Amino acid sequence: MGKDMNDEAFEEQVPESLALVSETSEGPQELQEEEKTSRYELAAEFGSTLRLPEGIDVNPGDIDIEFADETMIINMGPQHPSTHGVLRLMMELDGEVILRTKPVVGYLHTGMEKTGEGLTYLQGPTNVTRMDYLAPLSNELVFSMATEKLLGLEMPDRVTWIRMLMVELNRCASHLMWMATNGMDLGSSSMMIYGFREREMILSFFEKVTGLRMNHNYIRPGGVAADLPDGWEDDVLSIIETIPGRLDEYDELLTGQPIFRERVDNVGIITAEQAIALSATGPILRSTGVAWDLRRDMPYLNYDQVEFDVIVGSIGDCFDRYSVRLNEIRESLRIIAQIADKMPSGDYKIQDKKVTPPPRMRIDESMEALIHHFKIYTEGFKVPEGEVYVAIESPRGEIGCYMVSDGSAKPYRMHIRGPSFVNLQTLPTMLRGGIIADAIAAISSVDPVMGEVDR
Amino acid sequence: MSMSEVLHVERLNYLATVTDLKNQGYEMCVDVVGVDYLTNMDRPLPEDVIPERFEVVASLLSLSKRSRVRIRVQVPQDDPTIETLFFLYPGTEAMEREVYDLMGITFLNHPDLTRILMPEGWEGHPLRKDYSIGSVPVQFKSVNGAG
Repeated sequence: MGKDMNDEAFEEQVPESLALVSETSEGPQELQEEEKTSRYELAAEFGSTLRLPEGIDVNPGDIDIEFADETMIINMGPQHPSTHGVLRLMMELDGEVILRTKPVVGYLHTGMEKTGEGLTYLQGPTNVTRMDYLAPLSNELVFSMATEKLLGLEMPDRVTWIRMLMVELNRCASHLMWMATNGMDLGSSSMMIYGFREREMILSFFEKVTGLRMNHNYIRPGGVAADLPDGWEDDVLSIIETIPGRLDEYDELLTGQPIFRERVDNVGIITAEQAIALSATGPILRSTGVAWDLRRDMPYLNYDQVEFDVIVGSIGDCFDRYSVRLNEIRESLRIIAQIADKMPSGDYKIQDKKVTPPPRMRIDESMEALIHHFKIYTEGFKVPEGEVYVAIESPRGEIGCYMVSDGSAKPYRMHIRGPSFVNLQTLPTMLRGGIIADAIAAISSVDPVMGEVDR
Repeated sequence: MSMSEVLHVERLNYLATVTDLKNQGYEMCVDVVGVDYLTNMDRPLPEDVIPERFEVVASLLSLSKRSRVRIRVQVPQDDPTIETLFFLYPGTEAMEREVYDLMGITFLNHPDLTRILMPEGWEGHPLRKDYSIGSVPVQFKSVNGAG
């Protein structure tokens, strides 16, 4: 910090100097010049005193614990390794049996919906792609589809198929990641290595196409950022030839293995009625036997032109959710094979001067093209007034984008309906009556991504 | 794109309309979202709808009919309250808390209306249009090696 560590004013000058931004209750958010900044303020900026964990002011003697009924409330997280990020669960225990659970979220809240109101529609995908960081392309797709619906644009054929290819590959990557972490949570660390190994193949392909392994900003309003690179068919072919064999290995490693089955069979059961009432979607809903998949039931892109099965479970326990995800990878690979066959040639961006900047080549020859390019990237394009809700099937369930436009170049309100955020509400139901060791399996089977929960 | 319709409902009829829709086969409430129209009061609305500052939008989904319906309710600035849907759709618990937390709309009879994303004891509702996002100026080192 470079400040005198014996600064005695540290304790005394706390409250008065801290009223710069009245909106926050945790002191000022702005720094003065360095000479004028006290150590307290610097410390606050570095996070040592700002954003204390909740409950730090609680005197343990003040907590009213009733010893008579012998229940105990314990906190799991937010730093527990098997809570998949910063999920905190408050659990009421009777011995080892869980009675009530309350998920406490918000530790990763960064105000992305507010941020989204300050970004143009072209900048928007860079923001939303960071929400569900295991399925970034789904976020970009739903944002782009909402924008395009407001604009009334119809995408060229190739754009639609490229988007489907990328999103399905992303679904495989996300489910493989889940297989890895689920194995890790349940004590099969070799599964983690295998899951990451297979995911790596897909991420390498993404890197080739988009330039990045995560947070691609590849799917944008008006098309995709770049065409598929030469030789993409070979990469896709090697993915769909390699992974099915590996999935069969998982079957041998986990599906038929008694120790694994002991951990997941009849654990964390949720019924179809409960799942629907709690608005759960995705693998959680399907594991209860409800065949609901937006790709089939409310088709978007070209999902009505490919063949695939909707995988359902039967009793909605952790094993059902495991097998739904495992077999969804197989179905996704089936879809990818069909996409690779059907991929048409054509434009990878819509030829609409309003939303598409001119190609790089034109900028060197034409002043108008340069101005046009500059305008689209600085001011953005205007989107007609209106409001729209678009929903697609992400690996975790229904991801929706509610977008309001006031006719300017930035969304007036941009809300993402995160599937993890809603699915987390099923945890108290799944855990009730189970033992605390099973909580790990159940939390893992919900597959929450905290970036999307907290946004 | 699937079938989807928009209903404008008065605040007093909100709960009754949603109950009706639930009985008609809209089994799931997928989303509840609040919008602050402070700087966009002259937005296009049907003629019989009086624009208010806030809007609560609930999206219902029917699995059996494969259709969606979106309910838009006007909520006035001086009384930002609306009935909760919790007793029809328990899954709205977290969504309504999010709207309360970030938009400051109170859901009447909600079982646990507390902040969900922002820290407890935070003042203000960040997604309101009159909530300042503040700024953090870049701090440069002094030239003369002080500090």
